[in-house]
Amino acid sequence: MNNYLKEIFNGLKSLVIGLKVTMTTMLTKSTTIEWPREAAPIPERFRGHIMLRKNEETGLSKCIACGSCVRACPSNCIQVKGAKPEGAKKKAPILFQLDFTKCSLCGLCVESCPVDAITFSRNYALAGPSSEPFATMNLLAGLASPFREESNEL
Amino acid sequence: MFDSQENSTYQLEPVEDNQFVLNLGPQHPGTHGVLRVILHMDGEYILTADPVLGYGHRMQEKIAENMPYTQILPYMARMDYLAALSFNQAWVCVVEKMCGYEVPRRAEYIRVLTTELNRISSHYLWFGAFLLDLGAFTPFLHAFADREMILDLLEEVTGSRLTYCYFRFGGVSSDVDDSFLQGVQDFVEHMRSHLKTYHELVTGNVIFQMRTKDVGVILPFDTWGYGLSGPVLRGSGEKYDVRISEPYSIYPELDFEIPVERDGDCLARYMVRMREVEESLNIIQQTLDKMPDGPVRSKVPKIIKPPAGEACMAVETPRGELMIHVVSDGTKVPYRVRYRVPSFGNLSVFSRLAKGQLLADALAVLGSLDLVIPEVDR
Repeated sequence: MNNYLKEIFNGLKSLVIGLKVTMTTMLTKSTTIEWPREAAPIPERFRGHIMLRKNEETGLSKCIACGSCVRACPSNCIQVKGAKPEGAKKKAPILFQLDFTKCSLCGLCVESCPVDAITFSRNYALAGPSSEPFATMNLLAGLASPFREESNEL
Repeated sequence: MFDSQENSTYQLEPVEDNQFVLNLGPQHPGTHGVLRVILHMDGEYILTADPVLGYGHRMQEKIAENMPYTQILPYMARMDYLAALSFNQAWVCVVEKMCGYEVPRRAEYIRVLTTELNRISSHYLWFGAFLLDLGAFTPFLHAFADREMILDLLEEVTGSRLTYCYFRFGGVSSDVDDSFLQGVQDFVEHMRSHLKTYHELVTGNVIFQMRTKDVGVILPFDTWGYGLSGPVLRGSGEKYDVRISEPYSIYPELDFEIPVERDGDCLARYMVRMREVEESLNIIQQTLDKMPDGPVRSKVPKIIKPPAGEACMAVETPRGELMIHVVSDGTKVPYRVRYRVPSFGNLSVFSRLAKGQLLADALAVLGSLDLVIPEVDR
């Protein structure tokens, strides 16, 4: 009988202690934020999908189509084709395509780039009804191209 | 799991009254991943438990045979997604050992600091998930709120929240700044005071004590035979931790203890992990105090070609001993890579522990082993 009462007492005691923790937490500030009404801050080194850096003067990409990133990628998700534009000394990319469905966001391509042409996007809200746009992301979109006139002729 | 063919589940003898076969998983929240356990039950008691592996098999070892050493690094984080930095560390250390690369002091300190943070976050996830298995929901929320602080800190330096790829051969990919160090200092102080809440909420709780005490006892003579390691081993009274018994990195310079409990039950394994969190906080505090200045990355060649030969390296992950054995034939891809993962050994003892248990207790045991299934299957 004595033991039985002791058990009940101990049970009640741990219930009260547990509830105390819950009650105190109830009065503290909430740790959650209500996305999409507010968004959590993104740190400086956030690794989103990769994108090409723009050369501010010319509006062209800084890429020299050397293929370092293609070789560095463990998932084989980057495709680069380059050619020399007329009168230029360095190569420029005609095609820079990322298969984001395969990408593991390791950042080895960014590290391998000799001219610092690749950077991480800060866009994290990537979602779509099909995988197709993500499998063929054209990273040259939005950048000026030295080939534009020729391609128009073709 | 290692039963002979005639005992295999596919040739079970006709069942008697009250006996039935219960399929636990592979899609079951209690197995924490794609683990399937075939349970032969008598009423609510388990007669035999037969884990079926391989649902998450990704040929990690074969993949590693076809890739340059640098490219294998991101794959490491995919094996144990809760302790990606420990796996990172094992891989960079084994290649550094093979090639003889120097690692700057600051880089070693950063490695230990971030790995220990990762260890705490892994233990907190286990804490939440384990208590969820036992039917307690509140501790899970507390643990995840604190784990979130670690993830935010690590995201600041590594750029990702879970599958980190931060260490590089000869150092780490980028330096940490003062705001990160200050953040870690604040976190350590917050955690020291907040751990009390955990013990109030869980450790002293009567229901928790009854659910875990004397449940799933691993006897000391079973420990080495099943290849146990980590907190599961230390919960049975064996004082074995790679950080002490085969020290690597800067662990010999740090002053910390290896928590050991003697009972071998779920409660002992729980206590070992909770005390390990405190020890990790100690280690973090010491690395913060001693953090040297200097470079964080030494110069290593771009294409890594280790000399022909082999190297072995063991590190202590939150789940136990991880060993990587690499054989090189002098080319830029490894000839053979072999991982000895902690969860595989820890899982193998489950069939023995589950025998004769209630189903609910067996899930408590499974939870207390802290398994990460992609690591078992790899």
